[in-house]
Amino acid sequence: MKSKKFRRVDYGLIAMMILPILACIVLKVLFTPPSEGVNISGALVFWSSEPEVGMTTLYLSESQVNSWAVMISILGLCLYLTHGLTAKAVTKRQLIAEWLVEKCEKLVGDNMGGFFAEWGPFIAAIMALSAFSSLICLVGLFSPTGDVNVTFGWAILVFFLIMHFKFRGGLWNYFIGLFKPIPVFAPMNLIGEVATPVSMAFRHYGNILSGAVISALIGSALTGLSHSLLGWLPGVFADMPLLRVGLPAVLSIYFDVFSGVMQAFIFAMLTMLNVAGAVPWDEWNTRRKKRNKPEIQNTAA
Amino acid sequence: MLELAMGIMLGLLGLGAGCAMIAGIGPGIGEGNAVAKACEAIGRQPECKSDVTSTMIMGCAIAETTGLYGLIVAILLIFVAPGTFTGILKDAIK
Repeated sequence: MKSKKFRRVDYGLIAMMILPILACIVLKVLFTPPSEGVNISGALVFWSSEPEVGMTTLYLSESQVNSWAVMISILGLCLYLTHGLTAKAVTKRQLIAEWLVEKCEKLVGDNMGGFFAEWGPFIAAIMALSAFSSLICLVGLFSPTGDVNVTFGWAILVFFLIMHFKFRGGLWNYFIGLFKPIPVFAPMNLIGEVATPVSMAFRHYGNILSGAVISALIGSALTGLSHSLLGWLPGVFADMPLLRVGLPAVLSIYFDVFSGVMQAFIFAMLTMLNVAGAVPWDEWNTRRKKRNKPEIQNTAA
Repeated sequence: MLELAMGIMLGLLGLGAGCAMIAGIGPGIGEGNAVAKACEAIGRQPECKSDVTSTMIMGCAIAETTGLYGLIVAILLIFVAPGTFTGILKDAIK
């Protein structure tokens, strides 16, 4: 039997999940300028620093606000799922939480190997943030992942992780590695290093943005079609875009739900593969041997 | 004069965006090949269906990247470039 206090905390956590999203919707309604017809624009800018700070103007845009709202919601979801854990799983939410954690650790263990076993939370965080950021467009908000700055930020984070592990083999070894197999390849290797975060960011951003643009175009096309075909209907029905009912929702299953979740999975997958593949084990172990440290083995990648 | 220049500029931007989307051919052919091979593999070994499917979707999503680069160039040409180029044109004609 759940006590009164337990229930009160539960309601608080559910509010923590829902309220940030509602606040974002209210903000969007307040700030959206009135417009007619199809309007494809980027994120709304709530606030900009005038005059410039340092070199550029700073913006507080919808993508930042939405991604913070998503973060708070995910935190609320995690706290809700782990609220009242017991040694023996009796509640549904504990079973769900355990299933999620097990799946994530299995995924990380299969793809990255034993050395990265405790990377589960990071990968799960990236995946959840990316997936929920893309799915937030289902309630009519701007997807933060449809803004190149957000995905580029994540990609740069991953780039730093990759570089961190590449430098484990020694700076000089890394530098030499750029000139392999023959010195002529140096520019191409350098471009290859930079291309990883760029392609990760653009892949995620392009998929979400193209879905949003195509949805908007189909919506406006159906509006025009229903105005020209059903304009003879009496009264308010003439102005209603009746053909817009149904079809955009079906397409949204692919463009918003499938594409968003897929890209989240791919972003996490590429993070795992790139980071795990960046470690130069032989050079690292040689360096460790010189300093009399134990050898590291990555078990069963 | 300004109107003519603007018209030519916007038309060329549209043409450029259309040309950029020729990049969509590549991923189309590539993903078609990937799915065809995956179907063959599932037909040969039906017990591997889940593994093959997940690998195929992953590969398809990565093969899509080149097409998405074209798409991003097209989107930039349609939504971002007109604003920038209009300013440049106005400055030049003044």
